[in-house]
Amino acid sequence: MGLATFKGGIHPPDKKTLAANSSISETKPPKILVIPLSQHLGAPCKPLVTIGQEVKKGEVIGEPGGFVSAPIHASVSGKVVAIGEFPNAMGKMVNSIVIENNLKEEWTTLKDNPDYLNLSVDELKEKIKSAGIVGMGGAAFPTIVKLSPPKEKPIDAVLINGAECEPYLTADYRLMMEKPKEIVEGLKILMKVLGVQKGYIGIENNKPDAVAKMKEVAVGAAGIEVMALEVKYPQGAEKMLITAMIGRKVPPRALPMDVGVVVQNVGTAVAIYEAARYGKPLIERVVTVSGEGIKNPKNLMVKIGTQVSQLIEEAGGLAENAAKVISGGPMMGFAIGSLDVPVTKGTSGILVIPEEGIVHAEDFGPCIRCGRCIDICPMGLMPSMLSLLSEKGFYEGAKEYNLFDCFECGSCTYVCPSKRPIVQLVRLAKSMTKP
Amino acid sequence: MEPVKKEHELLVSVSPHIKSEESTSRIMWTVSISLLPATLMGVYFFGMKALFVLALSIISALASEYIFQKALNRKIMVGDGSAFLTGLLLGMNLPASVPFYIPIIGSFVAVVITKQLFGGLGFNVFNPALIGRAFLLISFPKLMTIWTVPVSALTQLDAKTTATPLGILKEEGVAKLMEVFGNKMSLYQHLLSGNRAGSLGETSAIALLIGGLFLLYKRYITWHIPLSFLATSAVIAWIFGAKGEFFAGDPIVHLISGGMLLGAFFMATDYVTCPSVKNGQILFGVGCGFLTMLIRLKGGFPEGVMFAILIMNCFAPIIDRSFKSKVFGAVKQDKAKETRK
Repeated sequence: MGLATFKGGIHPPDKKTLAANSSISETKPPKILVIPLSQHLGAPCKPLVTIGQEVKKGEVIGEPGGFVSAPIHASVSGKVVAIGEFPNAMGKMVNSIVIENNLKEEWTTLKDNPDYLNLSVDELKEKIKSAGIVGMGGAAFPTIVKLSPPKEKPIDAVLINGAECEPYLTADYRLMMEKPKEIVEGLKILMKVLGVQKGYIGIENNKPDAVAKMKEVAVGAAGIEVMALEVKYPQGAEKMLITAMIGRKVPPRALPMDVGVVVQNVGTAVAIYEAARYGKPLIERVVTVSGEGIKNPKNLMVKIGTQVSQLIEEAGGLAENAAKVISGGPMMGFAIGSLDVPVTKGTSGILVIPEEGIVHAEDFGPCIRCGRCIDICPMGLMPSMLSLLSEKGFYEGAKEYNLFDCFECGSCTYVCPSKRPIVQLVRLAKSMTKP
Repeated sequence: MEPVKKEHELLVSVSPHIKSEESTSRIMWTVSISLLPATLMGVYFFGMKALFVLALSIISALASEYIFQKALNRKIMVGDGSAFLTGLLLGMNLPASVPFYIPIIGSFVAVVITKQLFGGLGFNVFNPALIGRAFLLISFPKLMTIWTVPVSALTQLDAKTTATPLGILKEEGVAKLMEVFGNKMSLYQHLLSGNRAGSLGETSAIALLIGGLFLLYKRYITWHIPLSFLATSAVIAWIFGAKGEFFAGDPIVHLISGGMLLGAFFMATDYVTCPSVKNGQILFGVGCGFLTMLIRLKGGFPEGVMFAILIMNCFAPIIDRSFKSKVFGAVKQDKAKETRK
C-alpha cells in the first residue's frame, strides 16, 4: 500500500536540506519590537497599554476585539515607546505597539503545573484562549474558535499537521525533532478539550527521521497514530490532509469541523502544551530563514515583533544575487517589499530567492489548454478556465467554474507551461465579484 | 552589517514564487522531436521530394506566422515552436509528389486562417495542420491523391504512382490488397516499416509508435485520447470491417494504415483543440475512432482520420463544459450548489 495522500498535487523540489540540519537557535535579543495588534484572522485587538508604560514579558498588551480574535502579549520586558500604524509583512498599515526591550527578561508570573492533563476542559480552553494561540501554519486562525465547535457538529478526530509541504520550510521539522514530547502532549490536551479518542500526526515522508521520532514518542499514548504521508504539495492543506489521513472529504465551502475533524499545526500543538502547562502565552515561534539568496540558512526561535532585517542579518545577510524576500513558503507566502516588518504569529519562514530563481510575471503566454492545471488542482477545479474568464473580465462566469473554492495553493501556476499568473487572475476575479 | 541589497530593489510579486521548468516552447519542440523517426522514415521511403515538401511546409508556416504577427503589430512568437510543429505536421500529411505551391498554400491556411484569425495560439477551434490539409484536399483533389511508390533510393525523382493500401481496400477489397502485398505478414511488414504509399509522414507505423510512446513516457500526452481512438477503431474494424459478415474484419490493418497512428498520437492530442478534462478526452477519442471508421467503411473517402478529428474538434469545448471536473468534496454538482444557497 502506498503512503497516505490525496488526488492531484505537484512535486516541486523541496529544498529542505538548506536549513534542515540547523537546530533551533535563539535570536539575539531584539532592541525594538513592533507588535501588530492584528496578527490573526479576525477582529484586531484593542491596545491595553499606553505610551511610556513598562510591560513585562508575557503581559497582555492587546485584548481580543471579538469572538474570532486572540489576545496579544508583550514578547519582551521593556517600555512601550509608540502605538500607531506600522506596516506588516503584507505591506498593510496595522495598528501596532512598539516596545523597547530592557533586556531584563522579566516575566509575568509563570506557574508550572505538571498535572495539566487533569485540568477541566474549561480551564484548558481558558488557558489556550488567554495565551493568544492561533494556527501557526500560516493562516493564523484563532485556535480557541476551532476548539469551540457548535454542539450539532461533534468532533471525533484531531489531526496534527506536520506535513510541512511548502519547499524550503523546516520549522515544523525541527520542532518534531527537538520537541516531539511537547507535540504529543499538545495533542493529548487537544483530544481532551474536544473529547475525542483518536489523534493523528501526519508527516510528509521526506522527513523519515521526524516520522520515526514522533512514532517513538507516541508509543503508548492511547489513540495517537503517527502517519507518513506522500511527499506532494499541498499535502499540508487542511482538506487534503484530512482526505489523505482519514479518508473524509470536506465539502465545498464547509469546514473540517463539518466532518468531525480539527486540524492543528505542530507549532500550535507545542504552544498549546506550553500554555496548558506553564500558562505561557504565544510570544515566540520558530522561523525558517532560508533560500539560495541567504548566506547561512537557519531555524530561529524568534520573539513576535522582531524585525525581519534582524533575522536576515543573523542568517549571514543577503547574498549578492538576492532578489526577492518571501514571508512564508514559496508557494503561498507573500513577497515583502521592506525588511523593516515584524515577525508575527503566522510567520513560518523568511525566504530569500536569488535573481536566477525568479520567473518574471510579465512574460506569460496564452493558455494552450494543455490541461496540466486541471489534472493537478487538488480542489478539482479548472484553473485554465478561471484564468481565461478572469482575463477577459467575465468574473461572474468564473463563479460557474467554482471560483470561490480555490484556496490559492498555487499548484496550477507552478505547472503552467505558459507561465500564466493564474493565482493572480483568480484573486482578481474573487475581488471583483461576490461568492 | 549593511545589507547588500537595498530594500527598494526587492522584487514583490504574487505567489507562487517558484515555477516548474516546463514551457510552451519546450512542449512544442519535444513533440516535434517525437515526430523525427516518422519524418526520417518518410524521407527514406519517398526521397528528396519528401524532404523538399517538409522544408517548404515548415518554412512557409514560420513565415506566415512571422508576417502575420509583424503586420498586425503583435508580439512575434515564431520561436515558441507552434508554427514549426504545424508546418511539420502538415508536411507529414501531404503526398511527397505535390508541387511546391501546395505546402505553401496549406501552411498559410493552417497558420493564418485556422490559427491566427481565431486569436492565435490557444484560441483556434480546429487543428491547424488538419484544416490546412482539408483545404488542400478539397481544393486540389487530384494533386492531393497522387500517391507514389516508396523508393529507397533518395535520388529517384520520377516515381511511379499507385494507390494507398486503404484505397485498395476501399475500391477493390481485401483480396486485392493481399494480392498486391503477397500475404498477410508481408502486408503487416510493409505497413509497420512504412514501405507503402501514403502521406509522407504517416506510413511508418513503427516510427510513429516510437514517437507516440515517447510522448506518453514524457507525459506530454496521456493514454486517454490515443487509446480510446485506437480501441474504438479496432473494435469497429473487427465487427464491421469485412464485407458480408460480422466479426471478421482485420483491426490491425486499419490501425496501422492510413493516418490512424499519426492522428491518434499527434493530431487528436493537440492540446488546444482537444478537451482538457480527462473523462471528456475519452469521449473525444471514441468519437474520433467512430467517425474515422464510419468514413473508411461507409463514406466516400478511403481515409477518415482527418475529418473525424476536425469534426470532433467542434465538440471539444462542449465536451469540456459537460465533463467539468468535479470539485473536491462535492457529492454532486447540483447538490453542492444547493448547499451554497
